[in-house]
Amino acid sequence: MNAQQISLSTAREDLRTEPRIIRVVIIAIAVTFLTVFVVLPLVVVFAQAFSKGILAYFSALSEPEALSAIKLTLMVAAISVGLNLVFGVIAAWAIAKFEFRGKTFLISLIDLPFSVSPVISGLVFVLMFGAQGFWGPWLQANDVHILFAVPGIALATIFVTFPFVARALIPLMQEQGAQEEEAAISLGASGLQTFFRVTLPNIKWGVLYGVLLCNARAMGEFGAVSVVSGHIRGETNTMPLLVEILYNEYQFVASFAIASLLAMLALITLVAKTILERHLDEGQLPGD
Amino acid sequence: MIEVKNIVKKFGAFAALDHVDLKVANGELLALLGPSGSGKTTLLRIIAGLDWPDAGEVSFDGENALAHGASERHVGFVFQHYALFRHMTVFENVAFGLRVQPRAVRKDEAAIRARVKELLDLVQLDWLSSRYPSQLSGGQRQRIALARALAIEPRILLLDEPFGALDAKVRKELRQWLRSLHHEINVTSIFVTHDQEEALEVANRVVVMDKGRIVQIGTPGDVYDNPATAFVHSFIGESIVLPVEVRDGCVRLGGKPLNIAADGVSSGPSKLFVRRHDMAIGPAGSGAFEGAVRHVRTFGPIQRAEVALSAGEGTTVIEIDAPRDRELQPGDIVSLHPRRYRIFAGQD
Repeated sequence: MNAQQISLSTAREDLRTEPRIIRVVIIAIAVTFLTVFVVLPLVVVFAQAFSKGILAYFSALSEPEALSAIKLTLMVAAISVGLNLVFGVIAAWAIAKFEFRGKTFLISLIDLPFSVSPVISGLVFVLMFGAQGFWGPWLQANDVHILFAVPGIALATIFVTFPFVARALIPLMQEQGAQEEEAAISLGASGLQTFFRVTLPNIKWGVLYGVLLCNARAMGEFGAVSVVSGHIRGETNTMPLLVEILYNEYQFVASFAIASLLAMLALITLVAKTILERHLDEGQLPGD
Repeated sequence: MIEVKNIVKKFGAFAALDHVDLKVANGELLALLGPSGSGKTTLLRIIAGLDWPDAGEVSFDGENALAHGASERHVGFVFQHYALFRHMTVFENVAFGLRVQPRAVRKDEAAIRARVKELLDLVQLDWLSSRYPSQLSGGQRQRIALARALAIEPRILLLDEPFGALDAKVRKELRQWLRSLHHEINVTSIFVTHDQEEALEVANRVVVMDKGRIVQIGTPGDVYDNPATAFVHSFIGESIVLPVEVRDGCVRLGGKPLNIAADGVSSGPSKLFVRRHDMAIGPAGSGAFEGAVRHVRTFGPIQRAEVALSAGEGTTVIEIDAPRDRELQPGDIVSLHPRRYRIFAGQD
């Protein structure tokens, strides 16, 4: 590169971008903001969790109450992610590949959990299954426990996390259209063969993306679960609920130890999300 | 033989197909030709089983096809935008139809490989077998889509605007290639196109459709030389169209009688159609029309002249094709006489 080219390229840069001072100020504001509101709290969580040493950290995590909360959270997440995976794929399939009356209504219904406060979502289940609720007397008579038990927590979580998988898939499937499926069927494939050999491979990154976000929310959900859980120690406390209880009892190390697990989940989700987004972008290059 | 009887298909209030009947003989290469919205693709999809008619019958060799879904009809379908499976290699795309067969009739792996190889050789793309669709050109993708459709040994091959997404040069090559391929494998084929040149050049028989109806069925020569309606005449080939009036067997343009026969068209406003090359040029006073040459362009074996016809109160400008050896200058007064022409009653 000769001198003339260098001067040309700097001249062009000056024309295109803001003056250096403005760039520095803008970047500094963004970085400060992120540090104060995201990085600092994260650091505090881990600092508090390890404030009494690594031994205290691990003993806090191996308390029976903590273990029970971790187990419950994993179970609820597994149930709600599993069911929402099936519901979400079916709903997205129906919306993207077929024309039917009431389609826009269905799309709004799928979005409903996003626009309702989680506490209200939980309350709905209390109204349905609680002692004074719609199904309450019948459930009591038959000794079925939904509220203040695992089924209630799972239901509330399913409700709150319903949109994630469907929302990730609808635009992807709409963009891909139904032609590959039609080609498969005209080649003699059955419905199931078409789904597993053609549809699913085309949406797999979208499915993983939806599952990832769904899982993060399922494990981290507080409001809806708090309303239906009943906070029975060692039984119906999920990790986020236990964090609050321990904190209120001034057990800071134990509280932040559990919180650190949730923070790590968030970090892992973030990394996985970035990787998946790269795959999704590649999948959307002109492929047909 | 494929037989379509009295098919009706509506999308809401719009009648995509309005009582359509069609018979296709075994081994034919048939073109469904029409402007967009004429129902040709809908008809093709109904034959394939990708759409269902509201009324009517479809039968293959006398057997009711509507009793079966698309996956049981053994129809090869080629889509305009190829619809290749993007996550599979070319080889797996072609093998798909063989791999999804019920276990009882499925070929073993070696036989599948041999068959796919044979098909890739047939479309001359064997060297691409491990590529993915996104790595191929449009023409290559369409040939792979054709190989994939042929893998299941279809009883009919249906092609929906097969060359519509390709550029002009590739399209020309693929047309000739499709015709020779059909000659080689001789499977009954129906292709949809809105390109009249493509239909006339490739097909044995052309079905012209308009507004959900079949308006003419015939050989390419037939539909070109003897169009059944004014629509077919203006849609296929280029025509000079003149609004005329027929009164008592006499044809008038702008009130002035022309010395041509009305061919039994009843009295009323009509349209006169003449192919550009069917307009003979003679010395002034010898033909049906008089006009002044305005402009002459010469290319290839012909010269194209713009002639302003003096017809009654107004003038109408038409374009005609004349042989190169006929000397024409702007300003010449010429007489034109249609060697062949058609008159259709009505204004549209």
